[in-house]
Amino acid sequence: MNWKIWSLKKSPWVFHVNTGACNNCDIEVVNCLTPKFDVERFGVTLVGSPRHADALLVTGVVTAQAAPRLIQAYQQAPKPCVVFSIGACACGTGIFHKGYHVVGPVDKIIREIDPNAIIAYVPGCPPKPEAMISGIVKTLNAL
Amino acid sequence: MKKKFKLPILATGPVHPLQEEMEFFQLYVDGETVVDIDVRLSYNHRGIEKISESLQFDQVPFLVSRICGICSASHPLAYVQAVEEIAGIIPPERALYVRTIINELERIHSHILWVGLAGHFIGYETVFMWAWKYREPVLDMLEKITGNRNNYGNVKIGGCREDLPEGIEEEIYPILDQIEKKMDMLTKAVLDDPILHARLKGVGVLKKEDAVNYAVTGPTARASGIPIDVRRDDPYAAYDLVDWNVCVQEEGDVFAKVVVRLLEVFEAIKIIRQALAKLPKGPITTEVKEIPPGEAIGRAEAPRGETFHYVRSEGGNTPARHKARAPSYVNVPSFKASCIGEKISDVLITLAAVDPCYSCTERLGVVAPRSGKVIYDFDMLLQLSREKTTRIRKGL
Amino acid sequence: MNPQELVEKLNILKPRLTGFEQPLENRIYLHCESENCFEINKFLFQDIGSRFVIATAIDCEQYFEILYHYSYDQTGCVINLKCFIRDHERPQVESITPLVPGAEWIEREMHDLEGIDFKNHPCLERLILADDWPEGEYPMRKDWNNEKEI
Repeated sequence: MNWKIWSLKKSPWVFHVNTGACNNCDIEVVNCLTPKFDVERFGVTLVGSPRHADALLVTGVVTAQAAPRLIQAYQQAPKPCVVFSIGACACGTGIFHKGYHVVGPVDKIIREIDPNAIIAYVPGCPPKPEAMISGIVKTLNAL
Repeated sequence: MKKKFKLPILATGPVHPLQEEMEFFQLYVDGETVVDIDVRLSYNHRGIEKISESLQFDQVPFLVSRICGICSASHPLAYVQAVEEIAGIIPPERALYVRTIINELERIHSHILWVGLAGHFIGYETVFMWAWKYREPVLDMLEKITGNRNNYGNVKIGGCREDLPEGIEEEIYPILDQIEKKMDMLTKAVLDDPILHARLKGVGVLKKEDAVNYAVTGPTARASGIPIDVRRDDPYAAYDLVDWNVCVQEEGDVFAKVVVRLLEVFEAIKIIRQALAKLPKGPITTEVKEIPPGEAIGRAEAPRGETFHYVRSEGGNTPARHKARAPSYVNVPSFKASCIGEKISDVLITLAAVDPCYSCTERLGVVAPRSGKVIYDFDMLLQLSREKTTRIRKGL
Repeated sequence: MNPQELVEKLNILKPRLTGFEQPLENRIYLHCESENCFEINKFLFQDIGSRFVIATAIDCEQYFEILYHYSYDQTGCVINLKCFIRDHERPQVESITPLVPGAEWIEREMHDLEGIDFKNHPCLERLILADDWPEGEYPMRKDWNNEKEI
């Protein structure tokens, strides 16, 4: 196993990017950190800068204005970096697929700049905190 | 406006670790004082009003519940009321009560969430963790009633989609009792804390005339002494059939907003108890044939303020025009009135690591290292911290 | 003021209105042309003391409508001022932002999405659309469809 991947799997630090979500997934992301679910006991913590992050939690359909900012955040994150598309909108634009201000799901935007990006999908509207934790665990095991 | 000032600009955002959504604030500062503020939106603009024109009347509630995840009961309710007004549909009484209960549960969880976040912003992590823990039972209850923790999708034209499950009353009452007890404790903790008083009182004052000019709604208006509440002024659902009060504070500062929201939690608990007691038997939905041409307005009081929906029908299957206004749309621009003249740290509400007096979560029990005997339990720690507060207050 | 007094007070506006509807007791629709729009808004906001809620712009193919929604909270009445802009090519109307500061954002939004010009607006800049959105594309107009590539 590549030592970079090995170190990525221990205590992943996450950075949260909202690219046009309805706040629902965001609230559930924060919920994961609060006493009932408390992922900090596994070493998962929310950091304030993409430069410190092992994983990006991207919520929401990518809007025209947010897309350049998402790309910037991804470029700033040290590689290898896992991108989690949280929620139906981020996975496949969901109910907003007809919107004029929507440029696409998260994977389309990320793949444009990095075709080999590691992207994981956590569907649901919003996914429950249990689903998010399970998604993170499964992804890290699959690496 | 940008050309007017040749002052340093402090850019905040768009991806900001504290705010969950992307927003871009430009603060024009003179020293440490904020002179002007500029907000750039569009990061979250998804074009919902245009999408709504391509959906059928029945599908729109699912779309509008995704305008905002925390107000996901109020937006569909306002829309549905507008369509019901066009078609002249009167939903059955039981549906009105079910709508009221879900909306008030949403208000409780939203206000507790806000109190937690407010604590987080001023560095009071204890309140953040407590508050988010206390709102979990409410989410569990909403999941039991509607099938989802957020985005309930329970309201439809002519009534409700799902009835309350059998025997849910016996489960809701103990949870309400529990939340009331916890919130009572939290409210006392917040309202008695001299450090919070020092940090929040007189900060970010929104004067009454500014509140009128910026047309703010909800707790923001009520904290500035404007007694408006759609639930009372233009009653919908079952709010005119139960007894409750509108909470108003005069000061307009951050502290008043905390107080209004905390008191509203207790009013919401009162409303749910009465609604459960009065809940009539019967159907929860009526038949809807077609939506005739016409226009109408639906209003509902979301946790953040008045939600306003305007729907125009031209007799087809889809709305000809659907305007949705979320409460924050008028509340956010009032920053211009309340932030100017404040210090940067107050505007961002990030600084000020408040010395926490109440460093006792439920997890914490002080155990003597050798014997393993519990010296202090939660209640005793609470008592200790109250005594400390009293000592600090005397000293101030 | 009770609902009857409110309607009587609105009667002062009658010479400047082109229509008056009251489908329900607490829903009033006033119609006017765009020239009189500012004075009527001033009357509703300052003299009656109703709260500005929002404005809705509607593209009706030959003309534009702007609905100014006001809420009279003492009786729970919603007063809707329906202002017709007959010029579909260059829609223009007086801005009410100098009167109601809370209307700044919605006028900028209508400018972005429907292409309506607001005279005397203090800062009619882009608010709701992306920075790289092309000029002259107004997504909320009826002739703009979702499939259009930008």
